[in-house]
Amino acid sequence: MGEQQDPSPNGIYSKPVSLNIEFSGGLEMLFSNQRSHHIQMPAKGPSKQPVNIGFLVRHLCENLMKDKRKDLFVLEDRIRPGILVLINDADWELEGEEEYLIQDGDTILFVSTLHGG
Amino acid sequence: METSLEAENKVLKKRISELEAQLAGHSDRPLVTSQKSHPPPNIVSKGEVKLSLEEYKRYGRQMILPEIGIEGQMSLKQSRVLIVGAGGLGCPAAAYLAGAGVGTLGIIDHDTVENSNLHRQIIHSTSRVGMMKVVSAVTYLRDLNPHPNYVPHIEPLTTENSLRIMAEYDLVLDCTDHPAIRYLINDVAVIMGVPIVSASALRTDGQLVVLNNPPGVGPCYRCIWPRPPPAESVVGCGEGGILGPVVGLMGVMQAIEAIKIITKNPVRDIGRTEMTLFAAYGASPFRSLKMRGRKEGCVSCGSPERAEKITRESIEDGRMDYVAFCGGRVGVQVLHEGERVSVAEYQEVVDSGVDHLLLDVRDETQFGICQLAGSLNIPYAEFEALKYEDSEAEEIKSKFRDQPKDRPVYVICRLGNDSQIVARQLKEAGVFPDDRVFDIKGGIVEWARSGVAGEFPEY
Ligand SMILES: [Zn+2]
Repeated sequence: MGEQQDPSPNGIYSKPVSLNIEFSGGLEMLFSNQRSHHIQMPAKGPSKQPVNIGFLVRHLCENLMKDKRKDLFVLEDRIRPGILVLINDADWELEGEEEYLIQDGDTILFVSTLHGG
Repeated sequence: METSLEAENKVLKKRISELEAQLAGHSDRPLVTSQKSHPPPNIVSKGEVKLSLEEYKRYGRQMILPEIGIEGQMSLKQSRVLIVGAGGLGCPAAAYLAGAGVGTLGIIDHDTVENSNLHRQIIHSTSRVGMMKVVSAVTYLRDLNPHPNYVPHIEPLTTENSLRIMAEYDLVLDCTDHPAIRYLINDVAVIMGVPIVSASALRTDGQLVVLNNPPGVGPCYRCIWPRPPPAESVVGCGEGGILGPVVGLMGVMQAIEAIKIITKNPVRDIGRTEMTLFAAYGASPFRSLKMRGRKEGCVSCGSPERAEKITRESIEDGRMDYVAFCGGRVGVQVLHEGERVSVAEYQEVVDSGVDHLLLDVRDETQFGICQLAGSLNIPYAEFEALKYEDSEAEEIKSKFRDQPKDRPVYVICRLGNDSQIVARQLKEAGVFPDDRVFDIKGGIVEWARSGVAGEFPEY
């Protein structure tokens, strides 16, 4: 997805990162009804900073999410209330939330909280 | 020989009088106190709790587990568990906890049994349709195990009664179906120092988490979900659907967690909270997630100095409006009366033979279950997605490219909400003459219930 190679200021090429993006609790319906996606994403953002979860979320909205109902995933530029973000199966709060720096091979899971019973 | 018989006689007589006193409700003394080392043959005591011979047999298969043992069984018998909601989660949870020998089992619900409940709410029955769920549940549970003390609460859990009710219990199972009540249960349980076993389910997925465990140590519902989801993102089982065994599984897992808490299973890693996800159709159906801990800044369980801290008083005074906090649930009303027709009026259109288009906006699965003759199916989701497009009007028009534009259009869905929104979109897009687009009030469900066209399935 996007550029495959991203020249950095000092001439070194930063490889894209491979990520497993997963959706649960109904969120998969916003992502082509697919619970699991393998994606590639540049390892550095436009200003050459390493990419974090905040960047990933925008990337998903722009590239992976075909559904137009963006506000069911992101509200006021943040993950909407009721969605949990798990980085390698750990609550993103334990990992620095949006500031967590994406590592190659990470599994990022988005869970919509259920209320039925 | 005579002396031992006399001694036994004396013990039995004493016991009879104690039992009689207890029956009359006047005894608060432990029945067997002086006999700790040599209990009567059919009684083992632990404080005021004892097991009859029948109970030894009944609970034997779980008591021989080292995780339970006689101590665990006594703890179960001493425990008081409240189940909020006698639905898809509450039914199996209640059955297993009653079966396991919980001493006091309270159940709160204000609904009646409907036959659309029965594929998942397994302790109710066809013969009890129309009965209060709590009464139906207790009927089943008493038959399953007569020993527990069943406490029926036939009322909704509210800010007025929740503190009083929850004061009688040591553990609460959240088996409800809306965030507003989940926040209420949480806040009251935190104030009362009671752990919460919380589960939920929808479609083919389930979620389980144990909160406020141990009380004051583990995170609470608000630690994990400080802000409620937007009301429009909350989907219930009635709209989204639910696979019976999925919600059943989550309820059974609640019973397991409850038993672990009551029997103080030492294996549990104190202070670490995990959430279990279940996805029946997922590649790996079970998943365990490591959750955040308790938050100092939490308005429910956090530091008491915070101004916005939720207290017993703020709940009792009615200052906490949980429904407003969660945004309530608003019925759709985007058309005025003249733009809507009743199912009877639509039946007249059919009978009169007037040429018209019937547009059914339910999804393909629902359309496949039953449909009205001659209807065109274009799912609501297709219209909804177009709302965000600049080319909305053009794209809507292209959907009706092959349809004559000079006949009236009637839009129907399951309940009469989506159909109003689509009717509004059709009007705004100018696909058909504005005054000839109508919504059918109450949808397919009303069509079936009213019987205007004879028998029609309601689902
Ligand atoms: Zn909290």
